[in-house]
Amino acid sequence: MTTMDFVASAPRSATSQPQTATKIDVRDFNFYYGEAKVLHGIALDIPEKQVTALIGPSGCGKSTFIRSINRMNDIIPGARAEGRIAIDGKDLYAPGVDVVALRRRIGMVFQKSNPFPKSIYENIAYGLRIGGISDRRVLDETVERSLKRAALWDEVKDRLGGSALSLSGGQQQRLCIARALAVDPDVLLMDEPASALDPIATQKIEELVYELKNNYTIVIVTHNMQQAARVSDRTAFFMLGKLVEYAETRTIFMNPTEKMTEDYITGRFG
Amino acid sequence: MRHFDREIEQVKELLLRMGAMVEDQINQSIRALLERDTSVAQKVIDSDSYIDQMELTIDERTIELIATMQPAAVDLRFVATAMKITPELERIADLAVDVCERAIELNREPPLKPLVDIPRLARIAQDMVRQSLDSFVRRDAALAREVIARDDEVDSLTEQSFRELLTYMLEDSKNISRAIRLTFIGKYFERMADGATNICEMVVYLAEGKVIKHSGAGHDTD
Amino acid sequence: MKMKRPAKRMADKFVIGLLGLSVVLIMAILVVILGNIAMHGAKMLTWEFISQPPRDGLTAGGILPAIVGTAALVILMSIAAVPLGVATAVYLHEYTPAEGLALAWRRFRVSKGQAGRSHLFMRAMSALLATVTRTAVANLAGVPSIVFGLFGLGFFIQFIGGAIDRATQPPGETLWSQGSLLWAACTLALLTLPTVIVATEEALRTVPQDQREASLALGATQWETIRRVVLPGSLSGILTGAILGISRGAGEVAPILFTGAAYYLPYLPQRVTDQFMHLGYHVLILSTQSPDVEATKPLLYGTVFVLLALTFLLNLAGVIIRSRTRSRR
Repeated sequence: MTTMDFVASAPRSATSQPQTATKIDVRDFNFYYGEAKVLHGIALDIPEKQVTALIGPSGCGKSTFIRSINRMNDIIPGARAEGRIAIDGKDLYAPGVDVVALRRRIGMVFQKSNPFPKSIYENIAYGLRIGGISDRRVLDETVERSLKRAALWDEVKDRLGGSALSLSGGQQQRLCIARALAVDPDVLLMDEPASALDPIATQKIEELVYELKNNYTIVIVTHNMQQAARVSDRTAFFMLGKLVEYAETRTIFMNPTEKMTEDYITGRFG
Repeated sequence: MRHFDREIEQVKELLLRMGAMVEDQINQSIRALLERDTSVAQKVIDSDSYIDQMELTIDERTIELIATMQPAAVDLRFVATAMKITPELERIADLAVDVCERAIELNREPPLKPLVDIPRLARIAQDMVRQSLDSFVRRDAALAREVIARDDEVDSLTEQSFRELLTYMLEDSKNISRAIRLTFIGKYFERMADGATNICEMVVYLAEGKVIKHSGAGHDTD
Repeated sequence: MKMKRPAKRMADKFVIGLLGLSVVLIMAILVVILGNIAMHGAKMLTWEFISQPPRDGLTAGGILPAIVGTAALVILMSIAAVPLGVATAVYLHEYTPAEGLALAWRRFRVSKGQAGRSHLFMRAMSALLATVTRTAVANLAGVPSIVFGLFGLGFFIQFIGGAIDRATQPPGETLWSQGSLLWAACTLALLTLPTVIVATEEALRTVPQDQREASLALGATQWETIRRVVLPGSLSGILTGAILGISRGAGEVAPILFTGAAYYLPYLPQRVTDQFMHLGYHVLILSTQSPDVEATKPLLYGTVFVLLALTFLLNLAGVIIRSRTRSRR
């Protein structure tokens, strides 16, 4: 074997991504709580089947933004959105959009795990039942598939009828992930999914996100910069409701363009 | 941390490829010298750019690994060691190129003397480079220390070879240019051995967390 | 007041002693009352007493019609009060704005010229309705029970009952415009409504908001969320409130004075338009209307005992149901 053969067969960088389609397209998006404007002219495109992280200091609007994607902010009084967020080209804020159907295509995992006080099985079957599916076989298969996807199956397969509340914090959060995956969404939104968990459980969640991105487009909000660096392909840095910088994660963490980004990453901010 | 382990494995693999390329370069340079084969020497010189490329790639990857994975403890020492080994390997490869350049010059004149010490020196240096990389792969501090100990042998062989070449130079001034070139070649191999020694000091740090460089157990390169 | 250590310890002991004394006092009163009733009433508890109607001018016999009447009344009252109360509480807690009328109105006013204004207006109106309802419920809780009785007489019996009679009965017939199980149950339902509503709202409040959010995020409508998550999750609280209200209503006498209770009926009630005898009312009658006080005293004790037993049973059922639904969590 010659030197040239060695070079030709060298593995490419694991994190350099080929160009992929845009899944979520945001244009000129503003958001108000009553009179207060909390998001200013946000514009970005979130690529398909990759992990996009949203970072920034508290109150910078990242949680508000992620909740705008599945219109969960609608339930907050006085909340108002302007601009466009489109998934697969269809604007979510167009008049006449069925919010309930929209939410079925988008899964959400919250900061504090919130399983229903039902059995593990019924928690996962919930999304299917409200979709009208009651065939026991379909439910069984889907429950198993979702739990396997969430790396929880082995731990609970013998006690699917047990209460969801009997699981540990990390397991509950994985249950919530499985619950969200059961309806087979395209997009998975995660709002600080590991912030209430211990380091081992956090690691499991992060490892899960790596695997999930093969099948789902993931947007994750995290206040933990290192987590964003570990887990995501692209990172968006928010501050005071504005999108300061949005680029490949390695760029943001090795050589950001904006000084504000660098100050935040290096901890010199605030 | 399976994803992280995969990333570390990839860096290790890249480093080993680079090591293999460098060993090949040394091998070819010895061949070019002993067989007086200019075309082989030229190939070595031309291939050096690939090794430079590998150094840049590994550099970029290791920094990216630190930025995105925040390695700790042995993983951090591994990444730091990898970052320091690559320039050593690149320097060793450059030395092989230097040997080939001198070999091409020597080939234009008839051989000065049968080469005895220099090939021996070269083989030892080649061995040390290979073993230093082995010790890195296996994180074998004992092997690394053995390699470091052999550096004395290299130094004395170099000294011996130089003294012999000195006699040739004093004997006949027409020998001087060839003898000087051979002296340089000996020096180059000696510096390859020093590079291998540096690598081994870093392997000890990786395996045990102990810094042994500058403590007399190893030798600094010039 | 500066006290030295031994004095402080003594003050401590004094207070504990005082508190213990009050507990003992209360227990003593309870024991005396209940004991007295149990002593004299338990011995009346024969099969005859429970299964026979009274005779000889209420001086002998049993209290079967009163038991049946009370049971029928309680059942009808529950059917009227609980669904209505739970529905009202669900509407108030889940469908009206949480921020209250003042804030909702202010949000509407400052939104001049913006899109979605009509939405804010509807929210404010909903908040207004909620405030009015809650005020009504709170006031209803304070109404003296005799007033309920008069209301039952004037509204249910004379107004509504009269209208039904005029529409469906031959002239002169007063099938619907007289005291009956139906109207008494309705009147009692009004009385227990505030209890059920408040307890249900409390129970709904114990369901954390993030569970509702989880359900909505999965693509459920608000009603589906209520039906599948909120109500099952608050069931124990709702049942407790319902039983609390029911057991209160079972003991009330004033509201049924004019709306259907009779002091003596030779038959058991069979239709909702029938009048009925009632344990609490029977106690009133026995103690004030009886011709022979000495003869009726034991009957009185017996009736009171049965009434208390009924109340205790209802409360016990409440406790059991509550613990069972709670331990299922």
